[in-house]
Amino acid sequence: MEIPYTYKARPDTGLYNAKVGIWLFLASEIMLFGALFSAYILLRVSAPQGFWPDTALAWPRGLLNIPIGTFNTAVLITSSVTVVLAWASLKMNNFGRFRIYMVITVLCAFAFLGIKSSEYNDKFTHYVVRLKDGKAVTGHLTVNGQHPRFWNFSDQWSVARLATEKVAEIKVAVDPERDIHGHVKHHEGASAEHAERTIATSDIEFMGSYTPSTHPFFAVYFLITALHGLHVLGGALVLAYFAFPGAKMWKTNPEQFTNRIEVGGLFWHFVDLVWIFLFPVVYLL
Amino acid sequence: MSEHSNSPASGHDDHDHDIAAHVKTYLIIFGALLLGTVITVLMYYVDFSSMAVTVSVALFIASIKAFLVAAYFMHLMSEKKLVYSLLILSGIFFTGLMGLTLWGTHDHPRNTISKTVYVP
Repeated sequence: MEIPYTYKARPDTGLYNAKVGIWLFLASEIMLFGALFSAYILLRVSAPQGFWPDTALAWPRGLLNIPIGTFNTAVLITSSVTVVLAWASLKMNNFGRFRIYMVITVLCAFAFLGIKSSEYNDKFTHYVVRLKDGKAVTGHLTVNGQHPRFWNFSDQWSVARLATEKVAEIKVAVDPERDIHGHVKHHEGASAEHAERTIATSDIEFMGSYTPSTHPFFAVYFLITALHGLHVLGGALVLAYFAFPGAKMWKTNPEQFTNRIEVGGLFWHFVDLVWIFLFPVVYLL
Repeated sequence: MSEHSNSPASGHDDHDHDIAAHVKTYLIIFGALLLGTVITVLMYYVDFSSMAVTVSVALFIASIKAFLVAAYFMHLMSEKKLVYSLLILSGIFFTGLMGLTLWGTHDHPRNTISKTVYVP
């Protein structure tokens, strides 16, 4: 049986069926991400005033690396342009250029994921240490001369683990001081950034890495960005399929193939669109 | 050039010309999106001394960028009625969701959030 309306417009909708399908799907995706954004707003607005970690559970600002985030935004925007140019190339009958644009798109997608992973790595190895005198320190951790590793999920340190393994002291490469906006403070006589500080285990009240259980910010940050990352991965795989094995349809049914690229592109633009909001929200606000 | 023999759409000059004009638009939008990103980041370093203004500025720029992507890359400038109907429905539900969220923002159970006890 032939699938109807793969390229011809259905008379009552005026659209080929896949386009109706993708827009229905995107409408549901808006609600999915909308729900998570609303969770973010609720947590953000109810957080106590002050600067984290001095004020426990206050909303932290400036923890994410803004230049890296900005660069990643540019990478995703570039891929969004190249996918629409790929579609335009097919419309202009230029298959060679189509493939070049698709390859750039997929490369950008994996570049984005690679950069995001390295950001995750940074967070999984970053710790907040609250001392019994009420002060708090953040920075990258060294225990027994070793840095905990992101890819080994069991390698997370806590006060309980320090006690069990009888670790007497830890070292923290202390982060530079920040003001309430998250901007790094520059003041006279400030010690060198990332100065290493040794802390006795007996002085520690609580410690935890920058992972979901440590703070609601990390919970919502990892949830939304990981879901977004899965969308990037899924989209990249589909676009890679269209660029290579799926491209043989161009010989047999060019109209349908061009429409596939348009539909895949619509999903890809949506993923870009989510990031356009996600970037300012988690990095800058 | 064998791939050029099977034209997808009506491959006459007018059509090609049309798409070529679109390509130019896409590149302009690309520039605008990059510029928007830079402006968003610059705004972070401006102290508006009010969180409400900071948030509004960031979301305003993001909305413009989102509009450009939706209108041009996703062809919403000239789409069929059904797609608009779907999106209007989505828009209503989305607005309702955000409205409920803002409504409930200061309505959390007592003694749950204001406590600053650190629970590991």
